[in-house]
Amino acid sequence: MRPDLYLSDSADGGARLGVPRPAALPHELPGEDPHEHRAGPGRLSGEHGPLRVGIGGPVGSGKTALVAALCRVLGEKLQLGVVTNDIYTTEDADFLRRNAVLPDERIVAVQTGCCPHTAIRDDITANLDAIDDLVERLAPLDLVLVESGGDNLTASFSRGLIDVQIFVVDVAGGDKVPRKGGPGVTTADLLVINKTDLAPMVGADLDVMSGDAHKVRGDKPVVLQSLREDPAATDVANWVLAQMARVPA
Amino acid sequence: MTLVLAPGTAALLALADQRLPSGGHVHSGGVEQAITDGLITGVQSLERFLERRLRTTGLVTAGLAAAAATITTPGQLQRLDREADARTPSPAQRLASRAQGRGLLRTAKATWAAPSTTLSWTDLGPRPHHPITLGCACAAGGVTPQGAALAAAYLSVSAPSTAAQRLLALDPVTVAAVTVRLGPAIEQVAAVAAHNLEFEHLPDDSDPLLDLLAERHAAREERLFAS
Repeated sequence: MRPDLYLSDSADGGARLGVPRPAALPHELPGEDPHEHRAGPGRLSGEHGPLRVGIGGPVGSGKTALVAALCRVLGEKLQLGVVTNDIYTTEDADFLRRNAVLPDERIVAVQTGCCPHTAIRDDITANLDAIDDLVERLAPLDLVLVESGGDNLTASFSRGLIDVQIFVVDVAGGDKVPRKGGPGVTTADLLVINKTDLAPMVGADLDVMSGDAHKVRGDKPVVLQSLREDPAATDVANWVLAQMARVPA
Repeated sequence: MTLVLAPGTAALLALADQRLPSGGHVHSGGVEQAITDGLITGVQSLERFLERRLRTTGLVTAGLAAAAATITTPGQLQRLDREADARTPSPAQRLASRAQGRGLLRTAKATWAAPSTTLSWTDLGPRPHHPITLGCACAAGGVTPQGAALAAAYLSVSAPSTAAQRLLALDPVTVAAVTVRLGPAIEQVAAVAAHNLEFEHLPDDSDPLLDLLAERHAAREERLFAS
């Protein structure tokens, strides 16, 4: 049994990189003044556990690349863990490890029994166990990213599993996608329209995509992004940090 | 109108329902490996596999679940945990059992305050074996030990049959018919398993094929199911 799979009950519970983290954590990001999140009622107190962010979207839309970018940008400042839900279990986790965006022990892959959607919405047990294992091993964690397996436009995370969710679509999937809607596009807390650098090549109209997205999403935010042009995923990283500053209900 | 049923029957239905969100859907009970190794190729070979699994794994887990439903002290729980380990020679199967027990424990905790008046959920530890957790959940829901045995025996074939349906894209109606046709055998296994609940008399049958499938599966790089 490979030690990276959540099923492995191995007793390596103690090992943790880094030094104890102060209760308040100053950090700065592009486009934001340096600031810190106060310990107390907020997420960073650890009292409520880490902020859990779900990242879903169709196959190939760039979920794993976004997770990698967030790990690079946030991983040095925050105590971060990642759970991947892949078709064959370790593809995405291996990508993150290969690119060394986080230490191995901070990335866990779960099996989804042929049903990636079930594992994030209908029976979230495997993911909850994976998060519990990360928290147990690495506490205190600030942030856990849960990446779903590639799915379709109806994919959404159970609120029992995550606090907020990001849905990622890409321009190469066709500029009709936002108009088609579906729970992923309409209900996600943040919609990311990804790979905008490809728009001229695939004949996608970014104005149409953005306009349709806002139409079906009301006031909920939409980010247009190209990781080629902004490898730091600045807008999404800032949005995640803003969620962390919010006091949980 | 009075419905004459054993108390706890509705709880039994819920606990035997695969949709109970306790993580069972990511476990195939050896089916994924059996398909890879060419042992299950269609509905007929699936039915043979399921019946074999029922009469070995199903019988043992039914006995453990029934016994767990009678437990009154933490000491008995610890003893039964060791009995379950001893009846599960494959380390991969032990892990799979404890992973599913952990998931079911979360659901049981959210449902009932305690397994019984003399036990708390924490007495089970963080990763109890699945049949033991199932027996305790049955007790909490007012299900008899015989009912707990029935649930364990039924789950020993229902969950793997769904895995086969997904992996081989079998006709779901035909697969459901297979599971239902095994009904009398499931009831018979449950009755045998719950016949004598002294720990030393619990069924201890094993199946080297299932042990080997579990170990081969755990060593794989690529797989869709956790077991």
